Amino acid sequence: MIEVRNLTKWYGNVLAVDNISFDVTKGTIVGFLGPNGAGKSTTLRIITCYQPATSGTITLDGHDVLADSIEVRRRIGYMPESVPVYPEMRVREMLMFRAALRDIPRARRRGAVDRVAERCWLSRPENMMRRRVGELSRGYKQRVGLAEVMLHDPAVLVLDEPTVGLDPAQIRETRKLIVELGTDHTIILSSHILAEVEQTCGRLIIIAGGRIAAAGTAKELRQRVTGPSRIIAEIKGAEPGEMASAIEALDDVRSVDTARTGNWTRLTIQGDEHADSRAAVAKIVAQKGWALRELRREVGSLEDFFVQITYEQNMQIGRRTSVRSA
Amino acid sequence: MRKVLTLAGRELAGYFYSPMAYVIGALVLAMTGAIFFYGFELIGIERVFRPGAEASLRSLFEAMAYIMVFAAPVMTMRLLSEEFDSGTIETLMTAPVTDATIILGKFLGVLGFYVVLLAGTGVFMVITAVYGTPDAGVAVMGYLGMLLMGSAFLAVGIFTSTLTRYQIVAAIAAVAILALFAILMQQLVAHAPEPLNELASRLSAMRYFKDFARGVFDTRGLAFFVTAAALFLFLSVKSLESRRWR
Repeated sequence: MIEVRNLTKWYGNVLAVDNISFDVTKGTIVGFLGPNGAGKSTTLRIITCYQPATSGTITLDGHDVLADSIEVRRRIGYMPESVPVYPEMRVREMLMFRAALRDIPRARRRGAVDRVAERCWLSRPENMMRRRVGELSRGYKQRVGLAEVMLHDPAVLVLDEPTVGLDPAQIRETRKLIVELGTDHTIILSSHILAEVEQTCGRLIIIAGGRIAAAGTAKELRQRVTGPSRIIAEIKGAEPGEMASAIEALDDVRSVDTARTGNWTRLTIQGDEHADSRAAVAKIVAQKGWALRELRREVGSLEDFFVQITYEQNMQIGRRTSVRSA
Repeated sequence: MRKVLTLAGRELAGYFYSPMAYVIGALVLAMTGAIFFYGFELIGIERVFRPGAEASLRSLFEAMAYIMVFAAPVMTMRLLSEEFDSGTIETLMTAPVTDATIILGKFLGVLGFYVVLLAGTGVFMVITAVYGTPDAGVAVMGYLGMLLMGSAFLAVGIFTSTLTRYQIVAAIAAVAILALFAILMQQLVAHAPEPLNELASRLSAMRYFKDFARGVFDTRGLAFFVTAAALFLFLSVKSLESRRWR
């Protein structure tokens, strides 16, 4: 449905998006994940025809974002990160205004506004639609923003950080709404919180330093994660130093950290990739006659992976920028 | 075109949501009124409302023109600067509306407000009509001149508003441009040496306006103001477009 090819965007000397390509198929929820300044918003702004790319093409249903901009805009509902509103207008008034700009015929505007208000929990309390947008809380503003986006029932929804600044209950509601909308819309949303996109999105695109660091379903990405393994053990019966040196002697173990928790010592054992020294650790404990109350293996989480690659990419973009300006 | 009216309607309503409309309205009417009753010697405008004077509105229209040099930028300064500042421009420019539609909508919106303001000055016509017999032709031409010149002034204001997110900067820049054509050119006509003053008189907005204020319909004035308005609206569209590329 959306094809992004070799997209590059320079802001003066700063490379914001660096030659990225991806496809978004119809009916999926795609999560754009990346740290702040990774190029998420820039990419979304190019898709939504707010800014042109420096090079590369984007087509939506075969319409090019540059050559056929108005047709693309008709098919997209876009909520920018800051959820800009006209503070002096009343909620209904602003939605009616947006509906008019979105080519909804006069006779159907009221119905469209009522429909989205219902869907975004704006129809209650009763006076909500008559309140000035500027007086609303952040959460309600966000709902108005979401309602606006859905007015013309676009095929594609582009939501830039839709849950930022909301309280936990609102975040949950918004996520629910997004998943619900995902059944009949194609959705692209961005976030810098992994847990969020993991829950709502069918597909993840991790972007960092203007490049795609990884893409796939959460499951696929998790399988590709090859962080070092780690064993957590809680042992009692000897001095922490003695335990550490006994376990460090094992083949696969790289290092051991100890921490006291009451009478117990908590050991964090860093091993080689794919290594599992749990049996060996248990054996030592048994031999020495120590007591063991916890022994588990932790594989590098997607979170670790995310932090790691974004960190690396951030280092790289610093270098690339200086090359261009030099 | 329908969307131009949608945008214009929102802008026009926007003036009345804020204290803006009432403050500008009160100031413009108060200043016009002061000149009407007391004159303004500093810029050589005679008191209009005095016994024995001809029931002419020329001075009144000229005074209003000078007031507009300052009032028009205040009316237009928020039109785009505010959208840039609050970020609403992003939703506007990703809606299926062309940049030209946006500019035209803003222009018609502020023009609507300006017409309301002009209608307010009608009270001075009524007072003159009660105490004398003013020439209806002068009144009609005067208002036509105000409308034409106002369009040009507002277009200049919209242009400077597309340049910055700071409303004050937009207003000051517009006053500077308007003062150049409305006031400085007048000075050049009077004091500059031979070929230069001729050029200045061609570019002087006030020279053209004074014809209208005397009740004369001058096609050169019509052409000057319409061209100026079209030029600055065109520049506004280009300036808005260029923002996308930054």
